[in-house]
Amino acid sequence: MPMWIEWTIATKFLYEGKVQSTLILVGIAVGVAVIVFLTALITGLQDNIINRTLGTQAHIKVQPTEERNRILPPAAGSVQLVLEDKRAQRLRSINNWQQVRDMLDTLPQVTAVSPVISGPAFARRGEALQSVALVGIDAPRYQRIIPIQNDIVAGVFRIGAGDAVIGKQLATDLGLRAGDKLRLDGGQKRESVVNVAGIFELGVRELDSRYVYLEMKQVQSLLNLPGAATIIDVTVDDIFDAQTVAARITRLTGLKAESWMETNAQLMNALRSQSLSTQMISAFVALSVALGIASVLSVSVIQRTREIGILRAMGTSRHQMLRVFLIQGALFGLAGSLLGGLAGYGLVGAFNTFGPKLFYIPVNPWLLVAAAGLAMVTGIISAAVPARRAASLDPVEAIRHV
Amino acid sequence: MSEHDASQEVLRMEGLRKSYNVGKPTEVEVLHGLDLRLQRRDFAALVGASGSGKSTLLNLIGLLDRPTAGELFLLAEPTRSMDDARRTEVRGSAIGFVFQFHHLIQAFTTLENVLMPLMVATGKPTREQIDRGRGLLAQVGLEGLEQRKPDQLSGGQQQRVAVARALVTHPALLLADEPTGNLDSKSATEVFQLFRNFNREFGCAVLLVTHDSRMSEQCDRTITLVDGNIESDV
Repeated sequence: MPMWIEWTIATKFLYEGKVQSTLILVGIAVGVAVIVFLTALITGLQDNIINRTLGTQAHIKVQPTEERNRILPPAAGSVQLVLEDKRAQRLRSINNWQQVRDMLDTLPQVTAVSPVISGPAFARRGEALQSVALVGIDAPRYQRIIPIQNDIVAGVFRIGAGDAVIGKQLATDLGLRAGDKLRLDGGQKRESVVNVAGIFELGVRELDSRYVYLEMKQVQSLLNLPGAATIIDVTVDDIFDAQTVAARITRLTGLKAESWMETNAQLMNALRSQSLSTQMISAFVALSVALGIASVLSVSVIQRTREIGILRAMGTSRHQMLRVFLIQGALFGLAGSLLGGLAGYGLVGAFNTFGPKLFYIPVNPWLLVAAAGLAMVTGIISAAVPARRAASLDPVEAIRHV
Repeated sequence: MSEHDASQEVLRMEGLRKSYNVGKPTEVEVLHGLDLRLQRRDFAALVGASGSGKSTLLNLIGLLDRPTAGELFLLAEPTRSMDDARRTEVRGSAIGFVFQFHHLIQAFTTLENVLMPLMVATGKPTREQIDRGRGLLAQVGLEGLEQRKPDQLSGGQQQRVAVARALVTHPALLLADEPTGNLDSKSATEVFQLFRNFNREFGCAVLLVTHDSRMSEQCDRTITLVDGNIESDV
């Protein structure tokens, strides 16, 4: 075994100083437990928030570019004064959306693509009137983005042939039950009566009170946009890649592609600040753990000065002496982080079992591996100063040390 | 002084000087150019008053310290230009130390302490090395105490462990700094007798620093150091 004697001396010294070793181990374990628990908690919380947010929206929305006034450039030598009224953005189809859809299907990071036609309308039942958003979908594709069938609270998820699925709040507002009829008014006398096949509840008030899911064709005719799709919803495999993928889609298609991160800039900002503060806390805890290891080993080097001198006189080289203390640092880091990791997981388990149960903290075994690896490196780095000191001790003086 | 034979030479010093605080106003020369030879069969005492430079000389010979001027040959190899790694290596293989205070390492058993010079040089001890260690412990009269920790032994026993440790590498030179200074007279005699035996058995040169005239009188050769000069060598 390489470095057998270094390991032997390191472990025997640690074992001999049981009390000291135990104290610092507990110290490291507490630090690592805090880091593991905090990291798991925040990761779990953020995953939960993101999942809830993205559970009801696509990662990327592809839309037609805004309509702009085209202004002729002035003739050479003349100056042009322009008074421009911005154009109203009418509801428009994405040109050649079928090709765009097929092209998006081939992008490697993209997991689902769903063309949607969406526009405003009124829902009417008797005297009651509500403004709604008509959402015409290609059901199998759309369900891969928002699994709406899982949120049906009454009736069934079925669209097409005059069937619609509406939000629970809207159903309450209009006094509708599954099987009732609903009149939709797209403006300019385009009306149609649909059958409420199912009622969903996504838990987002805006959606539950406004969304009316229909077949694409029916919405196209209600909005007078035959064959149109106004939005293409896209999901990607890594949600944090959404921004990059959106930029790529814009480059490829010339359409406006907006990622969920842009749509939810406020949320992203909050999550980022939260992550930053977690990292700060972790860094400072890690720093105090490292200083703890360094100080215990420094004291140990002083306590063992005479023994270091003897070992040097017996033919132990400077490098061997250096490694003895580096190994001690590494062992402290490793053992402390394993203990601390287990304690951290214990805390996570306790939180999941006895906590407020607002969300579940997933247990990621890699976190433990990462913590152990990081703690080992920290241990070695912290041991560097005392180890160098031990290695550079003059054996003559070290032996005289009492 | 025995007849000179180059093949039997363990140690040769030529104009060895040692100063402390070199280059500072407090610079002081402790050893003023010493010439000395030791052969394999030599059993020599180094005597001198406190401050005469005995310990300084012993540290130089033991490669624990470097001379300011002059040269020191160990087994015909010049040592002044050796780097630290080589000095450590030679120290581990060619020299055995016995200090005034036993200086065992508490975390290890008696046997492990004896094997320490071998373990730091070659790692996990072999069967043969363990047997050698046990044999040495038996020779110093500590059979059966192999697994004791140093603090479970008496002062005399600890010093005998230190002697066994110094001899486990079969060094060419054994350096002992007041090895009996801390022992009662019975233990002191026993330890001294051990040195005698090993000197004869292994052909290991012994250089013994002592204050005790009874002890130096029993040595074959007495080197007297006065104020950093060898005053007599008989």
